[in-house]
Amino acid sequence: MNILEHVGIGNYITLSALLFCIGAFGLLYRRNAIIMFMSIEIMLNAVNLLLVAFSSYHEDPSGQVFVFFTMAVAAAEVAVGLAILVSVFRNIGNIDIDNLKNLKG
Amino acid sequence: MNTTILLLLFTPLVGFLINTFFGKSLGKTISGVLGTTAIVVSFLCAICLFSQINANGKSFTFHLADWFSIGNIKINFSFLFDQLSVLWLLFVTGIGSLIHLYSISYMHEDENMHKFFSYLNLFVFFMIALVAGSNLLIMFIGWEGVGLCSYLLIGFWYKNQDYNDAAKKAFIMNRIGDLGFLIGIFILGYIFNSLEFSEIAKGINSEVFLKTIDLPLLSLAALCLFIGACGKSAQLPLATWLPDAMAGPTPVSALIHAATMVTAGIFMITRMNFLFDLTPDIQNIIAIVGAITAIVAASIGLVQNDIKKVLAYSTVSQLGLMFLALGLGAYEVAVFHVITHAFFKACLFLGSGSVIHALHGEQDMRNMGGLRKVMPITFWTMMISTLAISGIFPFSGFWSKDEILMTAFHTNIPLWVVGSIASIMTAFYMFRLMYLTFFNDFRGTEEQKHHLHESPALITIPLVILATLAAIGGAISLPGNSWLNHYLAPLFAHKSHEAHTLGTTEYTLMAVATLGALLGIAIAYSKYLMKKEIPVVDEEVQGLHKVLSNKYYLDEIYMASIVKPIYVISNFAKNYVEKFISTAVIGIGGATYALSIKGKKIQNGNIGVYLFAFIFGMVGFLVYVFIIRDVK
Repeated sequence: MNILEHVGIGNYITLSALLFCIGAFGLLYRRNAIIMFMSIEIMLNAVNLLLVAFSSYHEDPSGQVFVFFTMAVAAAEVAVGLAILVSVFRNIGNIDIDNLKNLKG
Repeated sequence: MNTTILLLLFTPLVGFLINTFFGKSLGKTISGVLGTTAIVVSFLCAICLFSQINANGKSFTFHLADWFSIGNIKINFSFLFDQLSVLWLLFVTGIGSLIHLYSISYMHEDENMHKFFSYLNLFVFFMIALVAGSNLLIMFIGWEGVGLCSYLLIGFWYKNQDYNDAAKKAFIMNRIGDLGFLIGIFILGYIFNSLEFSEIAKGINSEVFLKTIDLPLLSLAALCLFIGACGKSAQLPLATWLPDAMAGPTPVSALIHAATMVTAGIFMITRMNFLFDLTPDIQNIIAIVGAITAIVAASIGLVQNDIKKVLAYSTVSQLGLMFLALGLGAYEVAVFHVITHAFFKACLFLGSGSVIHALHGEQDMRNMGGLRKVMPITFWTMMISTLAISGIFPFSGFWSKDEILMTAFHTNIPLWVVGSIASIMTAFYMFRLMYLTFFNDFRGTEEQKHHLHESPALITIPLVILATLAAIGGAISLPGNSWLNHYLAPLFAHKSHEAHTLGTTEYTLMAVATLGALLGIAIAYSKYLMKKEIPVVDEEVQGLHKVLSNKYYLDEIYMASIVKPIYVISNFAKNYVEKFISTAVIGIGGATYALSIKGKKIQNGNIGVYLFAFIFGMVGFLVYVFIIRDVK
């Protein structure tokens, strides 16, 4: 509550929206899979920030608890994703997603 | 007692299984002996049961297993042993044993002998189920089963397409009857809430039922059952399959198409006699159909040249006489004729088989003749049976046929006239058969003449036994002092019986019947023995003779009135309906395929594009939810 007295909830929402957009555009424009992963992490953390902010605003701790779960899932996702990237790199020598077209219909 | 019943029921089945799975490796003789033993065991058990029931007169039900229950109807695998079923079992297994014995020798040349015996055993098993079943459904299982075995055995020599067609014809004609039977069963189940014979009999005789009787529905049930009987027992209009069924090996004709299976219809009507007694209209129909069948079949039999075809038409005609008796309510007379007929007709068929065997497959009587001296046993046994079927005193057929005619005379004179004419015809064509086959000179080839021989003992022993029975079988029901009527009396307990007293009328009737038979014999004698006439070749027959030779064109009429229209309908369905449906179905498939060919372009495998679509879609969704919808 006291934090929100110094910086208003609107600022958190704006920051979160900005971070999310940065992540989304990064995901769209970059072709390097690791950078794309980082973009996804930024988007996830934008959402996390929003969750924490609203949790304070509503004085409801369940939002913060939910963030922990999000982080755990994100960590697992990164672990699996990086493992896939390593094996992709071994197979085709780079991790540019434009080269991953073998599943073309 | 339970062991006896289980042995009776299941030894033929065991014989069937062994012969089916191991018959080929057992060798011909062992497989034949095995099949015969199975039936003999059944026969011995049947004798046990018969002596028990004959002694104490108590019928009983043997409960084997539960089957299923729907609503109030409970169906069990249970078997009813009473006077009627045990009597039937006795002659089915007895004649079955003799014919199995005969087949060991008769079928010895055939490579598929084990198959023959396994089918025969299966047939006997189903026949026992048909006869002994204590409810209509068990009877129906047996009914279908014997139909199947009949089909398998008619088409036993499956390499001949005509024989296959005959088998199919028999099966399909029977299906028509079976449908009637099945509908009858449904109606009875609906009325009585049970399919057990005892329950139906109890229900039908209860006061409540007699007060609230729904006669049209009951008549419909009786009519449906009669249609079933028509199919199985080859009555008009479903009679045409039986003569064609002669394509099967001769023992099959003797067992299935003369002595046992074709009498199933008579058995069923006798079993349901309490039902038919309440529906006099249906009884009239039965009597008339029986009389018409008797005379039509007998008249066709007059001109047949195939020795087995003559006997086949004779069977149809005799079955017609039995139905005549059933229709007049004289069930015990019909049963009597079934039994004597089983003896002499089985003997005649086996005798004709012996002749065919000696002539290496020749069945045309125009190519026979003079066999009396070479085959004395076959000749004498067949002669006795011929005398029996013609109704000559004191052979068995005289007594049974005479009783049918006497019953007809007392109730319905026109039916008596028809029956008597059919009997005269019977005497004529049977003696025609005998004269053409056994008298005068041999008309076959020199080669055949060289090989002529009396058949071996395995063939002649059954012939002698059956001929003896055909001669003395009438003793079981002599007029005035009938063991059979007394024995069967508990079955017809619900109605009073007036026994035929032997008066002047009866003696006159007997004399008339005998004179008629002698007349038939005399015509045959003058035509075929004195003048030594030989039937002309098929192309030269004319006029009425031609109509008879072509069986009143019955097959042609059925072809034009039923088979052809069905072909037209099915051709229409094939060429138009089928085409329409398949075009529609294939069209839907084709459209889906074309669409997917276009659609798969979207999935180009580029992750960037997927991500773009994903985020763009997400943004579009959010824009709709938070902006467009809010503005509205």
